[in-house]
Amino acid sequence: MSEILVTMDGIDKSFPGVRALIDCKFELRAGEVHALVGENGAGKSTMMKVLTGVYQKDAGHIRVKGQEVHIANTKVAQDMGISIIHQELNLAADLTIAQNIYIGREPRKFLNLFLDEREINEQTIQLFKRFNLPSMDPRTLVSELTVAKQQMVEIAKALSFDAQVLIMDEPTATLSDAEINDLFQIIQQLRNNGVGIVYISHRMNELKQITDRITVMRDGGYVDTVDTAAITIDQIISMMVGREIYQSSKKLKIDDSLPNVLEVRHLNRGRAIKDISFDLKKGEILGFAGLVGAGRTEVARAIFGADRIDSGELFVNGKSVVINSPYQAVKYGIGYLSEDRKHYGCMVDMDVKMNIAVASFQSFTNGMGWVNEKKMTQVSNEVVEKLKVKTPSIHQEVKFLSGGNQQKVVIGKWLTRDCEILIFDEPTRGIDIGAKSEIYKLLNDLVEQGKSIIMISSELPEVLRMSHRIAVMCEGRITGILHRDEATQESIMSLATQRGA
Amino acid sequence: MNIITEKREQIIKSGALQQVLAFASLILLVLIFSLSSSNFFQFSNIVGILLSTAVIGVLALGSTFVIITGGIDLSVGTVMTLSAVMTGVFITFFGLPVPLGILGGMLTGAFCGMLSGLSIAKMNIPPFIATLAMMMIAKGLALVISGTKPIYFAEETGFSQISQGSIIGDIIPGFKIPNAVLIFFVVAIIGAIILSKTIIGRYNFAIGSNEEATRLSGVNVHFWKVMIYTITGTFTGIAGILMASRLNSAQPALGMGYELEAIAAVVIGGTSLSGGKGTIIGTVIGALIMSVLTNGLRILSVPQEWQTVVVGFVIILAVYGDILRRKKSV
Repeated sequence: MSEILVTMDGIDKSFPGVRALIDCKFELRAGEVHALVGENGAGKSTMMKVLTGVYQKDAGHIRVKGQEVHIANTKVAQDMGISIIHQELNLAADLTIAQNIYIGREPRKFLNLFLDEREINEQTIQLFKRFNLPSMDPRTLVSELTVAKQQMVEIAKALSFDAQVLIMDEPTATLSDAEINDLFQIIQQLRNNGVGIVYISHRMNELKQITDRITVMRDGGYVDTVDTAAITIDQIISMMVGREIYQSSKKLKIDDSLPNVLEVRHLNRGRAIKDISFDLKKGEILGFAGLVGAGRTEVARAIFGADRIDSGELFVNGKSVVINSPYQAVKYGIGYLSEDRKHYGCMVDMDVKMNIAVASFQSFTNGMGWVNEKKMTQVSNEVVEKLKVKTPSIHQEVKFLSGGNQQKVVIGKWLTRDCEILIFDEPTRGIDIGAKSEIYKLLNDLVEQGKSIIMISSELPEVLRMSHRIAVMCEGRITGILHRDEATQESIMSLATQRGA
Repeated sequence: MNIITEKREQIIKSGALQQVLAFASLILLVLIFSLSSSNFFQFSNIVGILLSTAVIGVLALGSTFVIITGGIDLSVGTVMTLSAVMTGVFITFFGLPVPLGILGGMLTGAFCGMLSGLSIAKMNIPPFIATLAMMMIAKGLALVISGTKPIYFAEETGFSQISQGSIIGDIIPGFKIPNAVLIFFVVAIIGAIILSKTIIGRYNFAIGSNEEATRLSGVNVHFWKVMIYTITGTFTGIAGILMASRLNSAQPALGMGYELEAIAAVVIGGTSLSGGKGTIIGTVIGALIMSVLTNGLRILSVPQEWQTVVVGFVIILAVYGDILRRKKSV
């Protein structure tokens, strides 16, 4: 059995209000590819950030080659030979390959006053040779490379630090099949050279293909570590989701005869949205499930006119409509609540009243453009009361409210505008449990009043509890639309990881 | 009790405190200069200060609108000049009646503002660049149209009375406050009404506070931005007419640098360059602080070069004070 490179043991990490890691462990041997899997928010990234010195652990031990270490910052981790390749690559697009690899430690000449371009290029060529990476001209600008080649540069950069531990976060997310094969070959090479690789991925079939062992995490806790050869994909998935599902007591009724308020046909936008078609019925909650990056937010923004589309048709109440801007979408009665409240949802420096009224100013204004302050105050007060927004008054700036109350203010904005179709993007993100159930109740009330809701959520229990039907997306496609009765965490997860042909 | 604390918090948060502070600094400045020199607190000197505030003041009022959106308008100085030149062309060259000439001048400003607004909203050009370009276009056009020579207004048109006459002096003898000052305050009141009572003002703050969230609320942000730049342009046109009337001529070489003084007045008045915050009354006080400072230092025989240095430091102080206040309120 090969040498143990890294042992993490009893790791705890808390952030204000959240316990991100609870007694977690992880082990990496030289020359193995060890997968770290779990749902969004399971703690994989936090665990790796602790290992690379981005976060400091609250408790626990980290040993590198048997020595107990304290990883105070990313520099310390790098010096120990621990490197990470992020999903979003960190390269300066306008510099060359060589300049990117040796950034911050460029070889110099003439009293260290001038950069030695020849030396840096030579070193790069040697580096690529040493690790059997495909040869590239070190003088090529990074902006001219494909994503796969850029990733190669990142790998080379990590190896140039004599990395013995290489963490790869979703390395195949943006690669084509041919590129993935190339990457796997390089991973094999590195493994043969004795490098230990932590492989984070949502793609189950890849795990079988490339990894030796798999560690499963769930809700910030450690579940198990298994040999890849000894387990099936279904078993991994059920380990990932295996928590209790809390169902709403009330049975949602599904009525197939209800009319469609929104029909989406063959929506396309670049690589993000591929041939999306679905219907939204009056008075239903249509859940959108999938992993982060599956394209759900992109679909919502496209329907709402926030991003342009390449092709596709929309029908609102049976009539064909063209929506090029949110302004038009709102005219057709479509409202969108962004996952990112701070940037796209509310004006945090403005008061509650302004935030509630902003989508409906026209209705508070007479023909001369004069704002009816009294009516605005009255309506805002009504909304605050109806949604039970906890705020000292409608003149409170929104930044002083809690996440749940901010969300209620945004919901209030669309209720004031009286939209028939509401798209909620992660409606309970960053909201505590108490406020969550209030938001759920609010959504149920809305559909009972005949509004129709698209609810994007990465929390499977939430999707299962709230939705009449569930559309599952993977890599820009809808891989299936499940009825509430046939949907389980397992069936959703397997659709969410089903890669297209 | 509860209501009182809430009201007080509201005042602090609404930025009213900043205006109180700005107003207090203005009073303090006036006091210091009055004590330092008996020439300062004379009716004629105060009128002089107000008169010298009028043009920059109206420019600053207009700039307040775009700055609250988080934008900037660098073209107000030269657009002001172009508006003055066009007014001269309409009245002196075409022989149009004065009211039509005034309208023409205002429309010139409005048109330039609209063009800036269109290039910012529709072509996505950053405000700094778009208005920098407009600054040059207007400067060039003013020189071309005037043939680089000043355009004089005939005395019989009474054009100079717009700035220099005194309606108030006619009503209350001995209280000869020039019309330019009166116009400055009337324009300020109109600006304050637009900003606080109309839908344009509301969208102005909404866009400045979070443009993307406003767009995603279904607001036609492009349209309203064009409107706001057009308002700024209209105010600039008014400033041009005041300027021309005061000199009884349109001087095509003037104007560069006025935009920066206007921006300084807006900033001293507590409007945030990052948008979303600001008031008209603040800008009025800011403009007054600038001219009181210049006037007072001149009376104290401080050389003009040093006056500019002092103004620079005052800007730093005013903005730093605002930053400190903001930190406290969070």
